[in-house]
Amino acid sequence: MTEVHRNALRKVPRKTDINRRHFMVGAAGLTFAVASGLRAAAAARGEVAVNPWVTISTDDTVAIISPAAEMGQGSLTSLPLILAEELDADWAKVRVVVAPPNDALYKNPQYGYLYTAGSNAVTSYFNELRQFGAQVRKVLLANAAEHWQVPVAELATEPNVVVHAKSGRRLTYGEIAAFAQIPAQAPTVAESELKHPDKFRLIGHDVVRVDMPGKINGTAQYAIDVQVPGMLYGAVLRAPVEGAAPDKIDDAKAKAIAGVVRIVPLPYGVGVVAQTPWAAFDAKDALKVTWTRTGKGWGFDSEKALPQFAAAARDMSRPTKLWAKTGDAPAALATAATVIEADYRNDLVYHAQMEPLNAVASVAANGEACELWSGVQSKSIAVTVAASALNIAPDKIAYHDMLLGGGFGRRGHRDEEYVHDAVVLSNAVKKPVKMMWTREDDFHNGRFNPLSAHFLRAGFDASGKLIAFHHRKACDEVTAFQDPVRFARQKGRDGIAYNGLDAPYYDVPNRLAEAVPQDTGLRTSSLRGIAHLTNIFAIESFMDELARKRGVDPSDFRRDLVKGNARAVHIIETVKRMADWGKKRDGSALGFTYMNYSGTQIALIAEVGVDRKSGALSVPNVWVALDPGITVQPNNILAQTESSIIYGTGFALSERITTVDGVVQQSGFYDYYVPRMRDVPQTHIELVATDNHPTGVGQMATPLVAPAIANAVAELTGVRLRHTPMTPERVKQALG
Amino acid sequence: MPINFAINGKSAQSDAPKATPLLWVIREELKLTGTKFGCGTGLCGACMVHIDGERAFSCLTQVGEVAGRKVTTIEGLSTDSSHPVQKAWLAERVPQCGYCQSGQIMSAADLLAHNPKPDRAQIVEHMSTNICRCGTYPRIVRAIERAAKEA
Repeated sequence: MTEVHRNALRKVPRKTDINRRHFMVGAAGLTFAVASGLRAAAAARGEVAVNPWVTISTDDTVAIISPAAEMGQGSLTSLPLILAEELDADWAKVRVVVAPPNDALYKNPQYGYLYTAGSNAVTSYFNELRQFGAQVRKVLLANAAEHWQVPVAELATEPNVVVHAKSGRRLTYGEIAAFAQIPAQAPTVAESELKHPDKFRLIGHDVVRVDMPGKINGTAQYAIDVQVPGMLYGAVLRAPVEGAAPDKIDDAKAKAIAGVVRIVPLPYGVGVVAQTPWAAFDAKDALKVTWTRTGKGWGFDSEKALPQFAAAARDMSRPTKLWAKTGDAPAALATAATVIEADYRNDLVYHAQMEPLNAVASVAANGEACELWSGVQSKSIAVTVAASALNIAPDKIAYHDMLLGGGFGRRGHRDEEYVHDAVVLSNAVKKPVKMMWTREDDFHNGRFNPLSAHFLRAGFDASGKLIAFHHRKACDEVTAFQDPVRFARQKGRDGIAYNGLDAPYYDVPNRLAEAVPQDTGLRTSSLRGIAHLTNIFAIESFMDELARKRGVDPSDFRRDLVKGNARAVHIIETVKRMADWGKKRDGSALGFTYMNYSGTQIALIAEVGVDRKSGALSVPNVWVALDPGITVQPNNILAQTESSIIYGTGFALSERITTVDGVVQQSGFYDYYVPRMRDVPQTHIELVATDNHPTGVGQMATPLVAPAIANAVAELTGVRLRHTPMTPERVKQALG
Repeated sequence: MPINFAINGKSAQSDAPKATPLLWVIREELKLTGTKFGCGTGLCGACMVHIDGERAFSCLTQVGEVAGRKVTTIEGLSTDSSHPVQKAWLAERVPQCGYCQSGQIMSAADLLAHNPKPDRAQIVEHMSTNICRCGTYPRIVRAIERAAKEA
């Protein structure tokens, strides 16, 4: 059973902790130098801080920092567990401590700051965490050797114990902490000194997620649950279009509502502070605001625009941004024996995380400090947002990291605008304010997976070999809106919209992938599956079309394009076996898909039936085989895969946002349908663990569901569905 | 006039206007934050509680309606996570983000209280009132089947 400190999720390190950790990071990276005074202070508390990630107490508790945001994906547990593996810690004695918002110490190595996204937390932190764990173990061994006056080579570890087999002596890590000397320089750990995967005791063996017990009894703490003495409640009416501002505000009715404390005009909307949440919401609803027509999004009708996107994607005279190029696809297409073309479309999609966005802020009376509670994918951004809103230094923000009631890409934007809302409302009244969006606000202020249209061309030579692949995508540049800082750093390359556009894992000698950038002015965002969500719908649908037109089995067609990759071939064969691919079904059919998503090998088959009368698709079964390398927490990987299949089912079949005159038309679960239990397929998953570096698992199945369904419909009816979501109306129309 | 009712076996009082959603009284007056706000329209089930032993959307229930009645929230289902549904939830490793799970557990407990041995179709029908955006549905089914067996 996992031990979790009761307040682990709300722990804010004491000032001395932070200083000490700062001190231990030298210019050359991690060092073990500890100021004697601080060291004494730690010793007085019965602790020894071995490095900024690990503190071992004399009571044998091992506190390990966890740097990722916990939004359901399990990183709060998986990351410290990796460190504990190499430290040879007893997991029952591990206390997980949430990292403070300190990028210098705890940054995600891939992004350079504390940011949990892209299913890459385990992938990105894996090597560092193993190193840190192994270093601490080495320090403990060296101290035991010195203590016993024996060669360190004679020592070994068992969970939380150093053992000298020759003499039968044992020292617990806690006992060593009582006298440990920390070297000035971190010991080096060679790759060969790390555990061989055969020796893993924790990695690959399921533990109970540390956040799990609190999630079955209501004690798990999200930002929306925070209670601060004297707290007021905030609501914000935001402009319907990004860049618009309040023109005229009629707040007479709002002010008259009992309990309303303050109406707060903002550059982008109107805030309300009240004594109760219901007064705040009622007052927000009672506001009458007209908006300036500033902002690019006004006038944008998503349904009218999509055909124009499709035309732009096909129009070779349009300016493009090169995404990826191998060989010379246009030349190969010009001389190809056969050319096949197709296009695909995707509507706007909403995250629908279960916790409507919110934050709690308490700005000091003098405006020069702020306490902040939020659930975000980047806590260092949250601190920056609060500090900039108040024009104070980031170290004046006392930050409390909370669990996220779902993230799915919505909570990692550079402006984390709901955090900003809470801070400015608290600043207006200089009191603690819990700022909550209603579900309707969460829709209307939504930032959506972008509208996209795809045009694809493939060329075959006379022998039937696929020699050219050309993919053009017309779509907003999402990173430009979501994270202008990253967009600039990446020199305008928009991975959130275009990653995977060229299907680089398929062996095609000539490939060209191009962005046809659109500028709608809509609020856009990464969503679970990110760029792959729409790109793979296009690519895997297209691959299926190519196979059918060539008269080749669609799974064999893919396998032939990855035949040099044994892992890929194995995953394809595995899923075919699971689904009994060759077997004909009565009234249903199977659709096949494969992808290499950031190194994770994954193949998915969907079984689909069609109600020709209503156009409704049924998906009784989905089979997935995946190989993400080392499987840190296998049961959790299965959970994430079930989860990503179901998320992909909503994208495939029902989820759809539209705008008219730039304004979002959907407002709740009454006009936006997310999958319920009655809608989801039976999921069958085979997890293939290999000794490769671990790769992502948090969203990998999501992009494959829609194309697998479309491919199954093609098998069953001969009709190709080209537009997500594949609603009954669209299916009916396609079937004719 | 304050409204009197019982919550988790204790008497409670609210000075909120009668039409106030019970949800906000539970969360922000009584500080029982296990019951969640998800949609405010009775469509997601994150706010599910029991009123006199029947499940109810606390976001659609006015506090005035519970005068003299007994309300149970996730905090009152058991004091030590020992309710068979909670035990099964842990055993099946159901929660992911966890935000909807109080409501899911309250719905499941309501199902088993009325139908101790539901079949799969009955589970699916009953639980389709509750949205889980993390898609923990397969595990919820398994947990309810386990709780029915072990209770």
